[in-house]
Amino acid sequence: MPEPLPPVDELTYEQARDELESILAALESEKQSLEQAMALYARGVELTRRCTALLDQAELKVQHISGEDILPFNG
Amino acid sequence: MRVCYPFMAQYALPFSFPAPVTWSVSELTRYLRQLFENDETLQDVWVQGEISNFSRPSSGHLYFTIKDSGASLRCVMWRNNALRLQFMPRDGSAVEAHGVISIYETGGQYQLYADTLRPAGEGALYQEFMRLKAKLEAEGLFDPERKRQIPAQPRRIGIITSPTGAALRDMLNTLQRRYPLVEVVLAPTAVQGVEAPAGILSAFERLNRLAAPDVILLARGGGSIEDLWAFNDEGVARAIAASQAPVISGVGHETDFTIADFVADLRAPTPTAAAELAVPDQADLRLDLDELGSHLGRLALANIADQRWSLQSLNNRLLLYSPRPRLLGEKQRLDELSLRLASATRHFLALERAQLHSLGRHLSSLSPQAVLERGFAILHDPDGRPIRSVRQVIPGDKLLAQLSDGSLSATVNEILPPSEKG
Repeated sequence: MPEPLPPVDELTYEQARDELESILAALESEKQSLEQAMALYARGVELTRRCTALLDQAELKVQHISGEDILPFNG
Repeated sequence: MRVCYPFMAQYALPFSFPAPVTWSVSELTRYLRQLFENDETLQDVWVQGEISNFSRPSSGHLYFTIKDSGASLRCVMWRNNALRLQFMPRDGSAVEAHGVISIYETGGQYQLYADTLRPAGEGALYQEFMRLKAKLEAEGLFDPERKRQIPAQPRRIGIITSPTGAALRDMLNTLQRRYPLVEVVLAPTAVQGVEAPAGILSAFERLNRLAAPDVILLARGGGSIEDLWAFNDEGVARAIAASQAPVISGVGHETDFTIADFVADLRAPTPTAAAELAVPDQADLRLDLDELGSHLGRLALANIADQRWSLQSLNNRLLLYSPRPRLLGEKQRLDELSLRLASATRHFLALERAQLHSLGRHLSSLSPQAVLERGFAILHDPDGRPIRSVRQVIPGDKLLAQLSDGSLSATVNEILPPSEKG
């Protein structure tokens, strides 16, 4: 992948998950150089960790509409 | 005496009844019962009133009276029907009862044998419900092809419900448990009462415009049909159809169906079920992630194995062109040359040594001492200069003659011409 990838810690769950899928597709379908393949693998492992960590840490964020504003909601 | 009842003539009874002269109470009562039971109107009747004298003995049958300001009607509901009731009536409840009118012969009382009981007003509401349902259905608002896809992993969920209801708690707990990555925007509104439809409409409008959620949950916990009536409002139905985000309805209990349920893109039986349908379960996501992770590992190992194999075959090809055999040949030649060099050097040195030895001998043969030993003498003048010619001396010169074992002085007497050789 020629363009620099954003750090894994800045990805949302969906972004990390989508990239993980595309890395698997690339590893499955395309002939990679060993260096590329190892880089993809390392990135994939990081993405898997990121997704799991996001699930572990996630706290439901609840807001509510008040008039024309969206404000935090505390039960 | 045969008593003639004038009203009897009005009924063309499908049975023959030999009217006795004097009826027993039982006969008369049975006669009346059969009159009632052959009247179609009385065998399929709805009656409305207020419940009193309600009793429910251990048999499970229900006994009560329905009354209004002018009259009262004894009612009984058998256990099998009573078990199917959606609500438990009490004294004072305004109800509509359906059943057949007949006579309890032992008690001498006509009464309603009720099979269905519902809160009063439900009948009119039901009519309104059916009318609106038919109208909207004709317009195509319930068509399956209108239903939008619910996104599998929404980022933002809009919730339209009461901010204080148990339904909201249930939904938030469900979302937190299943998919806490999602963001929730609540559009709080009353969900019952006259102001509820307008509140729900406004909630749809503002939620779509301000929060643009991926999906909207429209929910309310269980309640009576009146409590749920806002969800049978035509305006609410049209707001659901017009919502930009797809809508999941979760109103009341499993058995409650509202117009909102028909218009919604997906109907859930309860608010909790609506939340479950809106998001994936993180337990499944974690299993997927584990699977993806090990798949990734297998792919990486397979890639390394591929690389190793192709490296091996490249190496095999490379070995065919290895310079090693040539290098060994070169090394051998070098060794040979080196040996030859050493041996040549040794030979040369021996030769030199022999030559040097012979030169030494030659040199010693040329030494003056050796000449002197062979009987020759060397002449010097008194100053030590060697005399090599007769022209260097004149008679009378003193000379020194060196012999092998010493020297002697002599005087030149005469110079003689050179003698013939031999």
